[in-house]
Amino acid sequence: KRCASTAPLIRPIQRVLVANRGEIAIRVQNTARKMGIETVAVFSDADRNSLFVKKADKAYHIGPPLASESYLNMDKIINTALRSGAQAIHPGYGFLSENAGFAERCAQAGLVFIGPPAQAIRDMGAKNVSKQIMEDAKVPVVKGFHGEDQSDANLKKKSQEIGYPVMLKAVYGGGGKGMRIAWNEGEFDEKLASARNEAKKSFGNDEMLVEKFVERPRHVEVQVFGDHHGNYVHLWERDCSVQRRHQKIIEEAPAPNMTHENRLKLGESAVRAAAAVGYVGAGTVEFIMDPRGEFYFMEMNTRLQVEHPVSEAITGTDLVEWQLRVAQGEKLPLKQSEIPLNGHAFECRVYAEDTRKGAFMPTAGRLNYVDFPEDARIDTGVVSGDEVSIHYDPMIAKVVVWGKDRNVAAAKLESALARTRISGLPTNIDFVRRVLAHPEFAAGNVYTDFIPDHHEELFAEAETPAEIYVESAVAHALAALKKSDAGVFQNLSFFRINLAPKYVYKIEGKDVTVQFDSDRRLTVSYDGNSYETLLNDVQALGDNEFKFTVEANGRRWSTIVKDLPETLMVNGVGQNEYETPAVHEAFDSLAGGAASHSAVAPMPGIIEKILVKPGDQVTTGQALVVMTAMKMEYIIRAPEDSTIEHIKCQAGKNVPKNAVLVQFA
Amino acid sequence: MLARERIDGLVDSGSPFLEFSQLAGYEMYGKEEVPSGGILTGIGIVSGRVCVIVANDATVKGGTYYPITVKKHLRAQEIARENNLPCIYLVDSGGANLPRQADIFADSQHFGRIFYNQATMSSQGIPQLAVVMGSCTAGGAYVPAMSDQAIIVKGTELSEELGGADLHCGESGVTDYYAHNDQHALYLARSCIAGLPPVEEQMTFNPNADEPLYPAEEIYGIVGSNLKKTYDVREVIARIVDGSRFHEFKERYGETLVTGFATIYGQRVGILANNGVLFAESAMKGAHFIELCCQRKIPLLFLQNITGFMVGRDAEAGGIAKHGAKLVTAVACANVPKITVLVGGSYGAGNYGMCGRGYSPRYVFMWPNSRISVMGGEQAANVLSTVQKEKKKREGAEWTDQQDQDLRRPVEEKFEKEGHPYFASARLWDDGVIDPKDTRKVLGLAFQSTLQKPIPDTKFGVFRMDYNSELFAFGHRIGA
Repeated sequence: KRCASTAPLIRPIQRVLVANRGEIAIRVQNTARKMGIETVAVFSDADRNSLFVKKADKAYHIGPPLASESYLNMDKIINTALRSGAQAIHPGYGFLSENAGFAERCAQAGLVFIGPPAQAIRDMGAKNVSKQIMEDAKVPVVKGFHGEDQSDANLKKKSQEIGYPVMLKAVYGGGGKGMRIAWNEGEFDEKLASARNEAKKSFGNDEMLVEKFVERPRHVEVQVFGDHHGNYVHLWERDCSVQRRHQKIIEEAPAPNMTHENRLKLGESAVRAAAAVGYVGAGTVEFIMDPRGEFYFMEMNTRLQVEHPVSEAITGTDLVEWQLRVAQGEKLPLKQSEIPLNGHAFECRVYAEDTRKGAFMPTAGRLNYVDFPEDARIDTGVVSGDEVSIHYDPMIAKVVVWGKDRNVAAAKLESALARTRISGLPTNIDFVRRVLAHPEFAAGNVYTDFIPDHHEELFAEAETPAEIYVESAVAHALAALKKSDAGVFQNLSFFRINLAPKYVYKIEGKDVTVQFDSDRRLTVSYDGNSYETLLNDVQALGDNEFKFTVEANGRRWSTIVKDLPETLMVNGVGQNEYETPAVHEAFDSLAGGAASHSAVAPMPGIIEKILVKPGDQVTTGQALVVMTAMKMEYIIRAPEDSTIEHIKCQAGKNVPKNAVLVQFA
Repeated sequence: MLARERIDGLVDSGSPFLEFSQLAGYEMYGKEEVPSGGILTGIGIVSGRVCVIVANDATVKGGTYYPITVKKHLRAQEIARENNLPCIYLVDSGGANLPRQADIFADSQHFGRIFYNQATMSSQGIPQLAVVMGSCTAGGAYVPAMSDQAIIVKGTELSEELGGADLHCGESGVTDYYAHNDQHALYLARSCIAGLPPVEEQMTFNPNADEPLYPAEEIYGIVGSNLKKTYDVREVIARIVDGSRFHEFKERYGETLVTGFATIYGQRVGILANNGVLFAESAMKGAHFIELCCQRKIPLLFLQNITGFMVGRDAEAGGIAKHGAKLVTAVACANVPKITVLVGGSYGAGNYGMCGRGYSPRYVFMWPNSRISVMGGEQAANVLSTVQKEKKKREGAEWTDQQDQDLRRPVEEKFEKEGHPYFASARLWDDGVIDPKDTRKVLGLAFQSTLQKPIPDTKFGVFRMDYNSELFAFGHRIGA
């Protein structure tokens, strides 16, 4: 062992500081409370009214919203822990969770860092070091050759050692030039010649490096746990292949389409990896896996992962409880042979982001309303009215479901997402539901390029089904009713003498007409189509919420509607939110056409750089302003050829969504 | 925006609209069609307040006033005055229809009465609000000027001088609010109504009132189209009132008039409904019941299906005229809101005893199967035929069957045409022809609209009640 674990010593924790925010802070608090441990929250200005602060037993302010001055500020956090009388710090994920320096500082201050020893973090943090340790521990790694001896024979020999298929890459290459895959020894010579030839032509140099080629890789990771007594277990694997922008959106456990034999092999490799660095606590060993089930070590995450709930679901464990027990010096609660693998679990990360056309543009702002189904595990840090801040991750919630097999679990996830209602910000829910509906996903054929490879189907502009027009139009009509006990006039809705009253609503850009033929019989029409609609069981749920059952187009279904001050949320066959005209619509229509000669902020964020000055001539598409939001950089470009009249923003300043940044002449 | 769209935009979203006299002007002006009389009137909720809405339909002869237009406008104002309801005029009119000026200008119930009503209603505290939504010239321009408050839409013209919204809001001060478009104008109108002081409503509404136990559509089959076919009017009542519950009064006395209490959407009403010709007992029972309702301030509902009072020597001897007069007196003097629905025939004095238009019910509605005339066409033909026959007989001339038929046919045809509800409704003898299945709803809305103002005490006229003649009549009836 490269690193000896600290001496086992039972050291009970009575109070724990959670050096994190949002859902994970609440997640840790819940388990701590269950174990009789008091919780301490730390918060920045941006989180003063956040749920995790309210839920904590004690809460301390640690600085401005900027993470570097609050959640990443080690001094403040350690001082706060000491001041609050906490014995331990749980770092959650992100922020300081994988910071070896912080782990050391905790130890120096006499605080228990709930995580692995600092050395393990360091070992796993450096890629070349970790790769070597893994090779030594017989954990498969992606092999390669990058050396002096460039003879064809040597490259061929190295390729054989690495094992086919291999990727031949020009050392000075790029953009796919000078790159070939040799699937077997037979085609090696031909591929090498062709790669060298192209490299020579493109870069004037034909030096090659050889790497194992992992075809259609999957992202498979193993949950491992170690204690201070030299015990290691794994809690099976998770498949997190479905990603966008290298961020996971759907995670599941166990990995689909995997033999049990391979699963055991994978788990054992992960345990070896953990043992090799003297790991303590919760960790995740990440592998890439090819379609044949060959897997290779990628890296180890020395923290509790966002997606740990799926492992908890299939093993019936509470991993935060394990973390706290291990931190107290206890032995792991279960031996490897006692860890079950029950059914299948999915997690969907619900993000505030605009998924249209595959842009996955993070958004920030106020969540007017959030409502989650009660039959799924929901880990969230927000309630209706909270903000998704520009300063932190735009994740709103994790929706976790369990089923006896993958199909059941997928169906439950679909159902849970269909009933997840979020108003105020666009979310990725609709997109995830499209992924769930994709036959390749249903078949378990997931891999890291799943989204780009299936881009066309996943982002196809599907024709809106009639049911959505029907339910939305009916919802608009019913929402217009403000029933009261004032009189018959207030309650005999829509009644007309010898006429069927008609109302027109804008649904998905179309004018949809609802005609009330009687109280319960309506005709919904648009684009020359008309649907006889039967309305049933209209039921007020209170709090501006109601539901109804409709029958149209041969189908009968229920729809639930939330009438918010500025929008109407309709959840039935579809999940849609419509802007409802404010009372002052008549005035608003007069103010139109304001920002036509300007460039506006597409989302709230911070201005990074201003690239133009007043008087500059700009052409369409020219970069004007660089802004950052949610750790992402955005370039604001000129919408037309014009001259700059005013710069209306300042570098380093926050701007709200739709703020005018640059005014054109 | 069309006139009906303007109304839909004015009323609270989802509000019902109790529209009046859609058949006004039907077949009245030869080849000239004047749909709905060229003006829409009705009651809807605006900013939570029950209001009378009068909207010119500029698509009908430029919104000019035909005689029937004037009558319909005045009727709407009468409803507003009787029921203490704010008036909103959506004005879009070229004023009087000049070729017909003789029938609309000079008389007491002609055009000038519109402005008289505006002034006097305003004096009674009934708000008058006008929205100028289209070009208003001549008489059309007086309505906004005579209103308490007026709104004008940009781009419309008011008066012959072609003064628009800018002139009248900025310089002349004829209009008070400047609207940029129709929607904005309607929004401003809603704001004006929202600003009115609240009224205390008398309506005791129950939003959870039971619906009738029997479907309203069954009325079609019960009533049928043959007025000679009799049916039990309780079957109709059962399809109108809450939970089909009817607490009948004097069930075994004067059975041809059904009287009793029920609720419609929680509002208690006293119902008088015909189940045959009116006898002396029926008339007395009706008078008794009306007295009871007036004492208790319970609104009255009349369901008319009446050929008249009983005729003949026995009836006369029994004092039918006197007893009928009691009923008519009670109906006329009753100061509670009265609503009449013609569910069948409405003939002769029966119309009076059952609160016909002449007895100032707050509303009169007709079913399409109903008929209204001084007597049935057949009876009228009989009367004329008998007269002729007698005359010929006296002259010793022959009176053939052919002659008889030639006499009868035009009479019967004329009565059938003029007794038809479309003919009646075209002339505003009622407030509209309604679908029988909608009766409960229409009544619910109509009763609510009447109850914006407290019910006053009733003082009845002289009931002819001498004891001796009562005793004589009783003796005659028992054959003494």
